[in-house]
Amino acid sequence: MPVITYRDALNQALSEEMHRDDRVFLMGEEVAVYQGAYKVSKGLLQEFGEMRVVDTPITELGFAGVGVGAAMVGLRPIIEFMTWNFAVLALDQVLNSAAKLLYMSGGQFNIPIVFRGPNGAALQLSAQHSQAFESWLAYVPGIKVVTPGTPYDAKGLLKSAIRDDNPVCFLEGEMLYNTKGEVPEEEYLIPLGKADLKREGEHCSIITNGKMALLAMQAADQLAKDGINVDVVDLRTVRPMDVDAIKTSVEKTNRAVVLEEGWEICGIGTQVVDYIQRECFDHLDAPVIRIHQADVPMPYAKNLERAAKPDIPKTIAAVRKVMYLD
Amino acid sequence: MATKVFMEALSPTMEEGRLVKWLKNEGDAVKTGEPIAEVETDKAIMELVARGDGILRKRLVNEGDSRPVGDLVGVIAGADENIDALVAGAASASAKASEPTAKPQPGAQTPTPVAAPPAAPSAPPPVRAPAAAAPPAPVAGGNGGQVRSSPLARRLASDRGLDLTQVQGTGPGGRIIKRDIESVAAVPAAAARIVPARPTIAGDFEDVALTQIRKTIAKRLSESIGPIPTFYLTAEFDLERVTEMRAAMLELGDEYKVSINDILMKAVATALAEHPEVNAHWLGDRIRMHRRVHLGMAVATADGLIVPVIFDADQKRMSEISREARELAKRARERKLKPEEYTGSTFSISNLGMFGIDQFTAIINPPEVAILAIGAAHDVVVPQDDGFVSRKRVRVTMSCDHRAVDGAVGAAFLQTLRRLVENPLMLVY
Repeated sequence: MPVITYRDALNQALSEEMHRDDRVFLMGEEVAVYQGAYKVSKGLLQEFGEMRVVDTPITELGFAGVGVGAAMVGLRPIIEFMTWNFAVLALDQVLNSAAKLLYMSGGQFNIPIVFRGPNGAALQLSAQHSQAFESWLAYVPGIKVVTPGTPYDAKGLLKSAIRDDNPVCFLEGEMLYNTKGEVPEEEYLIPLGKADLKREGEHCSIITNGKMALLAMQAADQLAKDGINVDVVDLRTVRPMDVDAIKTSVEKTNRAVVLEEGWEICGIGTQVVDYIQRECFDHLDAPVIRIHQADVPMPYAKNLERAAKPDIPKTIAAVRKVMYLD
Repeated sequence: MATKVFMEALSPTMEEGRLVKWLKNEGDAVKTGEPIAEVETDKAIMELVARGDGILRKRLVNEGDSRPVGDLVGVIAGADENIDALVAGAASASAKASEPTAKPQPGAQTPTPVAAPPAAPSAPPPVRAPAAAAPPAPVAGGNGGQVRSSPLARRLASDRGLDLTQVQGTGPGGRIIKRDIESVAAVPAAAARIVPARPTIAGDFEDVALTQIRKTIAKRLSESIGPIPTFYLTAEFDLERVTEMRAAMLELGDEYKVSINDILMKAVATALAEHPEVNAHWLGDRIRMHRRVHLGMAVATADGLIVPVIFDADQKRMSEISREARELAKRARERKLKPEEYTGSTFSISNLGMFGIDQFTAIINPPEVAILAIGAAHDVVVPQDDGFVSRKRVRVTMSCDHRAVDGAVGAAFLQTLRRLVENPLMLVY
């Protein structure tokens, strides 16, 4: 099976879906001539022309709104935000237009749109450019929120997102674009709302999403050296959330660590923990522990940034704690 | 006020029971404590007793049918009392219980899982150590009034009929967690069950923390040979004096008749009292050395092996041991043993002498740390002075859990045992 980057997996998904359905088009800052700020749209302008690969001015609210309008009249836009940090300006179109129109039109307008771009922290981009937004978006009924952590998931989930008749926020990882993984040559789709058990173990469940899946796998490798085997449940889609996968795993292991990139208060982990306490109460042998970013704006200083982010030692310590080993 | 009749956990490991026979008909008056049905557990046939006075209004299970522990099997109520809701509730509760994904049902329809019942009212008062003048209240696990426990631990304890106040928690702040339940569940001791037949008295045992060397020995040897790293010590005891004593006693009359096995049991119990390190339980993180000697004796039955227990065997006279052993063996073969009669042993013996087996190794009955296998008494020609004489001898083999018992410790026990067996008058001292 070919091993390709996360970036190329996304590029393949865009290209395949644009070939498959000529209503699909890509719009955003630097997506066409510059080939994408992160080169995800490389070659697409040449392949599909400027009617379907459209450069925009630096006007997030404006082009997000153009996208919603295009979706209302039957096209299937893909709106690229250079990062989700910049999309804050466009959230009125995402939350108030895209998410609401099917409901407020009494079912007359489906909004088949994908908003996509890198999410969360990279390295030393400081407080305004290092935020993980999945919990903001997942809060709102009417949109789906997808956070792929591997090249395989990125391709299969983006194709499903483009085919979905509802607004989908697709959160990529800037630090993931260069990561590599096996991606089959033949076409495949990954359904939205299905978690993936990325690793099996009996001692503890690590429930995570997005970029943190990679970190969870690395922590799991180290734990295995001490004979501790964990389930790594990658939610992949945080709305809708795969409660059954969480339940199955926690009922097996009796303990859980929830690992997410963003902040603690009202984060994705709060929802996961809520499901666990409701669905798995009688199976819990220890309180659930959450690992998340420190409750501060992301520091610029390298050492402080490192201290603020979730990492492998914090994850390992949490697993050992719920197992009553420390 | 109606009284529900539940399938009760009549043995520590019972999950369902087969209702063998109803002893009362619908319409019969019953009194609290009166047997109303016979139930076959995984171990024996037991009596299910009424928990209230009234008329047995409804029998909800046919003879021969099985029901999970906790299911409603009958209703006792006043003659005119309306019990329709109770009976209907039983039907829906049992339908739910049969779904594979069924969860424990809260509320009135299903009882909190029923723990083993208190001893039948007609049973003799529980046996206690003679020294136990202190009040017999069960000693809680040191958690004070409120028991802290994880939800999982509570569910497991409830499933297994354990009383959480009897479990020592090892989690933060003494929280009882899964591993605590599992370590207790491995100990079918009276202390671990609700049945207060033999309440644990403070001072019945001493828990010894594992030293580092003990931990290393346990870990290394378990890696080497299974979860219970067993080694075997064989010794041959001279039975000449035992034989003489037995013959002399028999001459006094039939009432003084004891078997060689009875004498050996008495000797083992006496030796165990001197060697608490083999009269012990391996609890994973500690060794529980028992001050009371509860001697398990393996009995072969048509259904398989069962190990009834002679409690406080070291305190009993040979005649008592003899009578009790005979009685227990008989009831074991009839499957009439009560659960409290085959749990709680601190050391076990197995005798295959009657089958002509010269010598064998027995398998340790965890969490006990040793078992003694007794072979057949046989005649051996041994050198004496310049010639030879024929002597009656027996070979015993002790299987020892090396995590808890080292070779020298096991050997010291056998040395004491030899001294007693070869000088049986010490047993009546």
